[in-house]
Amino acid sequence: MIDFSYTALILLIPLFLFVLVGLFGNRFKPLVSGVIGTSGLFVIWVLSLFTAYKYFFVLEKATDGSFQKLLAVNTVWLHLTDKLHIDMGVLLDPISVMMLIVITTVSLMVHLYSIGYMHGEKGFQRFFAMLSLFSFSMLGLVVATNIFQMYIFWELVGVSSYLLIGFYYTRDTAVAASKKAFIVTRFADLGFLIGILILSYTTGTFDFITLTGSSSPAFSSGQGVWFLGLSTMTWSMIFIFMGGAGKSAMFPLHIWLPDAMEGPTPVSALIHAATMVVAGVYLVARMFPIYIHETAALDIVAWVGAFTSLFAAVIACTQFDIKRVLAYSTMSQIGYMMLALGVSGYGGHEGLGYMASMFHLFTHAFFKALLFLGAGAIIHAVHSNYMNEMGGLRKYLPITHITFLIACLAIAGIPPFAGFFSKDEILVAAFHHNKVLFAMEYAVAGLTAFYMFRLYYSVFWRKEVHYHHTPHEAPATMTIPLIFLALGSTFTGFIPFTKLVTSDGLPFEIHTEWGIAIPSILIAVVGIAVATVFYRKENNIATRLARSMGGFYTAAYHKFYIDEVYLFITKRIIFNYISRPIAWFDRHIVDGTMNGVSYVTNEASFRIRKFQSGQLQQYAIVFVSGTIFLALLFIYLWTN
Amino acid sequence: MSFLTLFIIIPVLTVIGILLCKNHMQVKWTAVVGMSLQLITAIVLIFLFLAERRAGNMAEILFIQDNLWYQTLNIHFFVGVDGVSVAMIGLTSLVVFAGIFASWDIVDLPREFFTSLILLASGVFGFFISLDLFTMFLFYELAVIPMYLLIGIWGSGPRHYSAMKLTLMLMGGSALILLGILGLYFNSAPGGGPLTFDLIQISKVHIPVETQRFLFPFLFVGFGVLGALFPFHTWSPDGHASAPTAVSMLHAGVLMKLGGYGCYRVAVFLLPEAAHQLGWIFLILATIGVIYGALGAVWQKDLKYINAYSSVSHCALVLFAILMFNQTAMNGAIMQMISHGIMTALFFALIGMIYGRTHTRYINEMGGLMKVMPFLAVAYVIAGLASLGLPGFSGFVAEMTIFVGAFQNADVFHRVATIIVASSIVVTAVYILRVVGILLLGKIRNEAYEMITDAKWYDKISVVALIFGITVIGIAPLWLSDMITQGLGPIMQKLLSAAPMLH
Repeated sequence: MIDFSYTALILLIPLFLFVLVGLFGNRFKPLVSGVIGTSGLFVIWVLSLFTAYKYFFVLEKATDGSFQKLLAVNTVWLHLTDKLHIDMGVLLDPISVMMLIVITTVSLMVHLYSIGYMHGEKGFQRFFAMLSLFSFSMLGLVVATNIFQMYIFWELVGVSSYLLIGFYYTRDTAVAASKKAFIVTRFADLGFLIGILILSYTTGTFDFITLTGSSSPAFSSGQGVWFLGLSTMTWSMIFIFMGGAGKSAMFPLHIWLPDAMEGPTPVSALIHAATMVVAGVYLVARMFPIYIHETAALDIVAWVGAFTSLFAAVIACTQFDIKRVLAYSTMSQIGYMMLALGVSGYGGHEGLGYMASMFHLFTHAFFKALLFLGAGAIIHAVHSNYMNEMGGLRKYLPITHITFLIACLAIAGIPPFAGFFSKDEILVAAFHHNKVLFAMEYAVAGLTAFYMFRLYYSVFWRKEVHYHHTPHEAPATMTIPLIFLALGSTFTGFIPFTKLVTSDGLPFEIHTEWGIAIPSILIAVVGIAVATVFYRKENNIATRLARSMGGFYTAAYHKFYIDEVYLFITKRIIFNYISRPIAWFDRHIVDGTMNGVSYVTNEASFRIRKFQSGQLQQYAIVFVSGTIFLALLFIYLWTN
Repeated sequence: MSFLTLFIIIPVLTVIGILLCKNHMQVKWTAVVGMSLQLITAIVLIFLFLAERRAGNMAEILFIQDNLWYQTLNIHFFVGVDGVSVAMIGLTSLVVFAGIFASWDIVDLPREFFTSLILLASGVFGFFISLDLFTMFLFYELAVIPMYLLIGIWGSGPRHYSAMKLTLMLMGGSALILLGILGLYFNSAPGGGPLTFDLIQISKVHIPVETQRFLFPFLFVGFGVLGALFPFHTWSPDGHASAPTAVSMLHAGVLMKLGGYGCYRVAVFLLPEAAHQLGWIFLILATIGVIYGALGAVWQKDLKYINAYSSVSHCALVLFAILMFNQTAMNGAIMQMISHGIMTALFFALIGMIYGRTHTRYINEMGGLMKVMPFLAVAYVIAGLASLGLPGFSGFVAEMTIFVGAFQNADVFHRVATIIVASSIVVTAVYILRVVGILLLGKIRNEAYEMITDAKWYDKISVVALIFGITVIGIAPLWLSDMITQGLGPIMQKLLSAAPMLH
């Protein structure tokens, strides 16, 4: 048995860095906090690699030959009921170890890149403090030993994301975007919370190992029909997926992600491309042994994923802000991952979708982070986000150009780049599950190739733009991460995921199904070819095509008006028709009643006061008339 | 003499000291010394209490002192603490300590101001330590009356109206409480023998269910008024808006907790059957209060109104949790009182400091303050995040304990109520981020604010002490939660034994 308790350091180091730089950052020179943050990340990157090596290759397997689920650290944080208690700890299993690699690698690259990218920005220290906070929260999320710990860190990544999107806080758009991101994901988290409440009440535990073990209480309890023909457990899984859908920007909770691009580009690369937005996928993967029993919930996962991937890919074809194109592309790719989980079975080759999903999550982190960091280098060089203001940049930014091309090939699914392998497995899994889903994803593959190369040609080829300053290549702190991630995007596809990360922890064999792989390569090539015709040289084919599509193009360009729908619901209905009347009601009805009571009391005492006038004559009149009245009354009563 | 008497003696000595002072500076420093001593005593009390428990002293009440005070009616000066009251005392001393520093700038009549403030505090301390219903009530009144003077004299805006409204509504509440207490008194010895106000003794007596049903509304509504029970909460927005900073802090932070504490300690503890039977009515009111307060806050433009409505929502959550009648939710209720107490004190302190610099509380007239007062702005963001229940701060711990506890009641009514209440976390996020966005971020809207200075040293002490409080509980809640749980033993037993009698 290997002692893994040192893995607590993977969480504690970034937490310490956050406190250090957050409290005392202003006393350091900016560069110092950057270096402190980056070297701290380097340490935990090494620790994570070491852990992965130990876990996958040294640690003995469980009795059935699968990878163990291991509690490296675990302490009670809070007692709730007799059975329920929240623990804090580190759970090691194939997916959490894989996520450690993804997060620390991308985070390290982003830290290094930010030293160059954020150079001279006001709030440099604050930026690095927030990055450390984010790394801490994200790592805590993936190593969570129980669902409540996950929820806690889930909220913390949400707030780090809020703080980083709103980094340029004097810009109104950034403030609005950060607020939107927080509130939309918070709404989704409410679903997550309700799901947790139902799940924990039904099963009596938060613990992942118990919940996802072979004799999980989740399989036996809560199976009766509860609401709308679905069982309690199914509902709890649907609610939990709502949380995942919010964080992973699945339709219809996706609206925050495109706006989140207001944050600094390294943040978009780290949080909104490679790590935080895949938390939803990770959550479903974590609970997968339960989902597999709740087919209705799993179908929702599949269809939401598939629809989002198609929906986002269509919008991505129409956007001009390069970061927004990438944001929609991220949504689309996460849709792929969700779909893959949704179509997966459990155990051995049945669990192909699960493996493919995790595989795609891994490769996607590399090429999408690369695309964002490349976009950052481009924006850095030309000071614009809009691709129609760019062109011909390949001469000025050679390194960015080559690495960006590699990322585009990887995401388009051209072999031998990483994206091909993982996407191919997803398509195979979808093909064997449901042909409609397969057809949707097949179309998305073509669209992906098209919009990525639309972006690529528009930025690096097309026309010669006259720039105010001649654009120049980024400094080494920025190009080294680009090169590193490009290597990752090229070679990670060869990692034998079927031997490492599978639904039941047991390795299995796969053979490339050329019947699916070749058409998928072909459609990617067609997408690239179309993009080449449209965008390589300046011409008006694309504009003419857009015009011929009429309303559909306009709708896609306006992101199918989903934002407007939300705005209508929140601003009009909730703000104007609920909150405002409540404020009025409180002031005038509730408070009015209270004031009314005091008014009546006041008025009554004002009237009564006249009796106490102090005038003797008046008292005498009252006395005499009272006596006469009583006397008459008694006489009347007497005589009857 | 019990250690607890110090909590009355220190404020009284401080008040005497203040009256002897010659100038402003001396007054302030006397107050600081007195309240720092009080805070230290409270911390010592927490440690002593935990040490006793660890040593295996599982007595229901610790540090008891019992003196006969007025023989004819058998009134005692009977004090003692359990885990719950220790926690409340810790809260009170922290808020009072921070409140002294937050009112450092007071110019008019500082001597009288600090005297009333500390008198108020001594009332609150007395309330939390007493176990004799009459003494408890006496201290309760002692806490409410200085409030009238503090708002009426040092307040702002329509202060006379607000002070009068607040005092009248709270007095109405106390009238109900007094009736309830007398009712308990006359039922305290059903088998003959001397009548008593002793809370512990009454808790051991079985009061007939019909009598309980009659008394429960008096006590619950009476204390509920102070705990901002819907629809008796309207004193809160006006009262807070007019009150000076430290008074708002103490009022929302501590005084409103007297309501929740009273509901828990007197109404539910002594009348468990009636609580079971009538609880649903108040549960509906509390559920409405949570959502209503939160939605009401969304529309407000005055910082103090926003926080007053937010307090209505958070305090209604306390009552909601108490009415769930299980240990987890009760524990959450107490933690929510502590958490909300510190948090809201922090909010009102910051609002006071911001108002002192900008001379307005309307969020639309400010903007971009992050640039000119980073310390206060960051503190405000922290307070906001704590208020919307971010993990790492006390609010999260309390809310989650309440939700998990409430969910243990498996019937549809409680489930629906819990889900409605849980949805307030979204609304809270909306109004908090709205304020942060308008007030602190963006560009500076008023050029005059370019010259504003950031927090002074005394502002920083006040703010840091409170932030420290919410963070410690938020990061390491186990000790507090365990301490409270032990204190809940007797009430849970009573509630459990009451439940089967109904069926």
